Amino acid sequence: MSDKEVSQSAVSQSADKVLDHFTLFRQPEYKAMFERKKAEFEYGHSDEEVARVAEWTKTEEYKAKNFAREAVVINPTKACQPIGAMFAAQGFEGTLPLVHGSQGCVAYYRTHLTRHFKEPNSAVSSSMTEDAAVFGGLNNMIDGLANAYSLYKPKMIAVLTTCMAEVIGDDLQGFIANAKTKDSVPADFPVPYAHTPAFVGSHIVGYDNMIKGVLSYFWGASEKYDTPKNETINLIPGFDGFAVGNNRELKKIAGQFGINLQILSDVSDNFDTPMDGEYRMYDGGTKIEDVKAAVHSKATISMQEYNTPQTLQFIKEKGQEVAKFNYPMGVTATDELIVKLAELSGKAVPDSLRLERGRLVDAIADSHTHLHGKRFAVYGDPDFCLGMTRFLLELGAEPVHILSTSGSKKWEKQVQKVLDGSPFGASGKAYGGKDLWHLRSLIFTDKVDYLIGNSYGKYLERDTKVPLIRLTYPIFDRHHHHRYPTWGYQGALNVLVRILDRIFDDIDANTNTVGQTDYSFDLVR
Amino acid sequence: MSLSENTPVDLKALVNDVLEAYPEKSRKRRAKHLNVLEAEAKDCGVKSNIKSIPGVMTIRGCAYAGSKGVVWGPIKDMIHISHGPVGCGYYSWSGRRNYYIGDTGIDSWGTMHFTSDFQEKDIVFGGDKKLHKVIEEVNELFPLVNGISIQSECPIGLIGDDIEAVSRLKSAEIGKPVIPVRCEGFRGVSQSLGHHIANDVIRDWVFDKTEPKPGFVSTPYDVTIIGDYNIGGDAWSSRILLEEIGLRVIAQWSGDGTLAELENTPKAKVNLIHCYRSMNYIARHMEEKYNIPWMEYNFFGPSQIAESLRKIAALFDDTIKENAEKVIARYQPMVDAVIAKYRTRLEGKKVMIYVGGLRPRHVADAYHDLGMEIIGTGYEFAHNDDYQRTAHYVKEGTLIYDDVTAFELEKFVEALRPDLVASGIKEKYVFQKMGLPFRQMHSWDYSGPYHGYDGFAIFARDMDLAINNPVWGVMKAPF
Repeated sequence: MSDKEVSQSAVSQSADKVLDHFTLFRQPEYKAMFERKKAEFEYGHSDEEVARVAEWTKTEEYKAKNFAREAVVINPTKACQPIGAMFAAQGFEGTLPLVHGSQGCVAYYRTHLTRHFKEPNSAVSSSMTEDAAVFGGLNNMIDGLANAYSLYKPKMIAVLTTCMAEVIGDDLQGFIANAKTKDSVPADFPVPYAHTPAFVGSHIVGYDNMIKGVLSYFWGASEKYDTPKNETINLIPGFDGFAVGNNRELKKIAGQFGINLQILSDVSDNFDTPMDGEYRMYDGGTKIEDVKAAVHSKATISMQEYNTPQTLQFIKEKGQEVAKFNYPMGVTATDELIVKLAELSGKAVPDSLRLERGRLVDAIADSHTHLHGKRFAVYGDPDFCLGMTRFLLELGAEPVHILSTSGSKKWEKQVQKVLDGSPFGASGKAYGGKDLWHLRSLIFTDKVDYLIGNSYGKYLERDTKVPLIRLTYPIFDRHHHHRYPTWGYQGALNVLVRILDRIFDDIDANTNTVGQTDYSFDLVR
Repeated sequence: MSLSENTPVDLKALVNDVLEAYPEKSRKRRAKHLNVLEAEAKDCGVKSNIKSIPGVMTIRGCAYAGSKGVVWGPIKDMIHISHGPVGCGYYSWSGRRNYYIGDTGIDSWGTMHFTSDFQEKDIVFGGDKKLHKVIEEVNELFPLVNGISIQSECPIGLIGDDIEAVSRLKSAEIGKPVIPVRCEGFRGVSQSLGHHIANDVIRDWVFDKTEPKPGFVSTPYDVTIIGDYNIGGDAWSSRILLEEIGLRVIAQWSGDGTLAELENTPKAKVNLIHCYRSMNYIARHMEEKYNIPWMEYNFFGPSQIAESLRKIAALFDDTIKENAEKVIARYQPMVDAVIAKYRTRLEGKKVMIYVGGLRPRHVADAYHDLGMEIIGTGYEFAHNDDYQRTAHYVKEGTLIYDDVTAFELEKFVEALRPDLVASGIKEKYVFQKMGLPFRQMHSWDYSGPYHGYDGFAIFARDMDLAINNPVWGVMKAPF
């Protein structure tokens, strides 16, 4: 190497047109460097061998091996309980989550939520280390509550756990009571809690546990009793990446009805604060007084069944009527929600909603030719998959692979029932407990036209060349879609447009070769 | 209008004010981590690498993040199993932009997430059996994998699993290295112990159990890049300079790195170390065991790059020394043009930095090259030797904050109103809401590379686009 002459040519980089990673590494000097590194130092496999294996991973044989897996999980569509519990807690007024256990977890949850919502995310850890693993984390709880209370002036601290605290068996109820006797926080300061072991369920179970934890704290734990009821209707949105847009849409719909709708855990303002020079650590959220009062509501609606099984059971025991949905999207699922609201409130469906519905159906009719018969793979949380599948069927599209790592056998049956309800569902199948590496095999062996999921699906899009439509959490690589609703007739319209835009972009991208395919590069579609 | 044209702030009083908010016990503990740099100081006068206080919103991560996320994760031809519950691997999946060249899923796995997805029964009965199966399945589905690492999550160390025994057995069975890493998140006080554990595991399970590749032919110019994670391509824009001065980079640790590169590293003539904090351990070990000298270098900003290139070249013959001068001269016109373009737009702008274990000092001169001023800096997980090295880079009167809490950083920034805050994703939106330009300095805010001469142009452009974007001017409503 030392005999190599130093190049005298001008460098590729320039102040006028700065090359960053998108283009810098495509310059010849970098390409040559990559080749040298690979050839001389990496000791990798031959290009032929890599190509052979790459082709093999697309086969039925590989799919069979892939589906025979029992232990390793690869690119799952689930996170762990605490992030769901944290999300739930952050929807209450002035609430600071305190995550009891190792501190790195909290850094991860905050980062994940921040990357999706493009917003600050506040939560503290009790920072347990090796000594706490041996002696338990009581002192961490005592100091943690005291510090969090003094520094961040919350109205409520919601405690949840990491798997470390769960494995060693820390008792939250006892610890919090103990901390109160040590004056960490005032005796009447609300500190609801939820045990959220990461090795049970996923983020949606964590969500359920925290909502139940908060309600139990304010409503009383287990005794069954009938409280006097009022006309308010509670609504629990569930873990939802589009919560900012969706919760606001729900409030708008309630306003149209004239219903007093009480959202339990509303992150819409906390996760969408303005930039005006003031940092709001807490904003909006369900008021603590309203949480207390919500026990008297006549009914509670869950927008996501699989996010709320324990919570709904608990609420039912308080004498409320409960109703559950599966991330309702589209015309008929929204109809069901609207009908339920009308039924529970005893109010007539307002004309404005009739109009919105009509406009949505009109839009679908205008665009149906581009949707009819298109094949889709859908993945994400169980409720999202159900909602999305229903909407696709309604559009005349064909949901083919429906996959959720958090999905159970019960969920599979539920999806199958939805598929069975439409001729467009004939080629559809649900895959519970499977992951995105399974989905890769499914797409290679039974191709679809479009993929609906989250940002993690971009690797599937790259590998299979099936265009991805990002409609569920997390969306890290596209901005601000979560500020628009996917629920309600208005939300359905947004979803429709997102799907259509991708379809049209795809059609254009496949018809734009001059003189070869551009006869179909139509101005009017 | 610069936001920083305020009256001077009494920093010591500010620190005391901020500490006032803490309960007494925590106030005393936090006081040791905050200081104002004094003239002629040998270090920054703060305690470091100490447990974070519960409930204060530390920005730190854990040992798993330091091992899987930083050291091991970027080794591209291995599969790194997040062993335990699903979350750790999920949150750290593709988060750090350690760029690599490879066929993902076939011969490289850097942007994938592998987990043993522990369930309650694995906690109760132990996860070793499952780990056996995980390794078998991985090896079958990904036959071109060159090695497997087991990145332990918290429960592993608590339930008494013997991942070392499983690793030894499976390694013999599949004929590839299977490497257990005890990086449970509760170990140590931050990411830092995870780096250390990961380094020690490379020592014990790579160096001591494998050999350099047969047929590897050494030259007198063989060096390594240690502690560059190739974020946005940093290691590449560094490697190219080393190659241009006539050196041969035989290994990259660990951005775009391979297991073979780790194995061949003891053949190096000198180990060049960029991120001292995360990889000094292995460099020291190789010095002791293989007599390989190591040298710290800094490829942020032209002043430091030129100085580093000369220092590196000084370890070799005259040809290399002459080449270094030629390379510096070759890039100079581009550097001059970058400075001419951006310095006028950035001159005098004040910066507050809060990052991990290296950059709070290492990027200082890159800012200085653009005429900018560092008024505060601090580390998430530095040790005392880092703070000693920091005093060299920043001037008297700089505010120093170790393992800063969200509360402290917010108060400091509010009081000092810098023109730019340079920190991480968890901090970004807090300060933007306050109307302050911000750059993420872990991920380069999805830009980069920032290392090397090519990277400096990008760094300068990015600081300018953050500070001089018109959005800050429309923040206040006219009504």
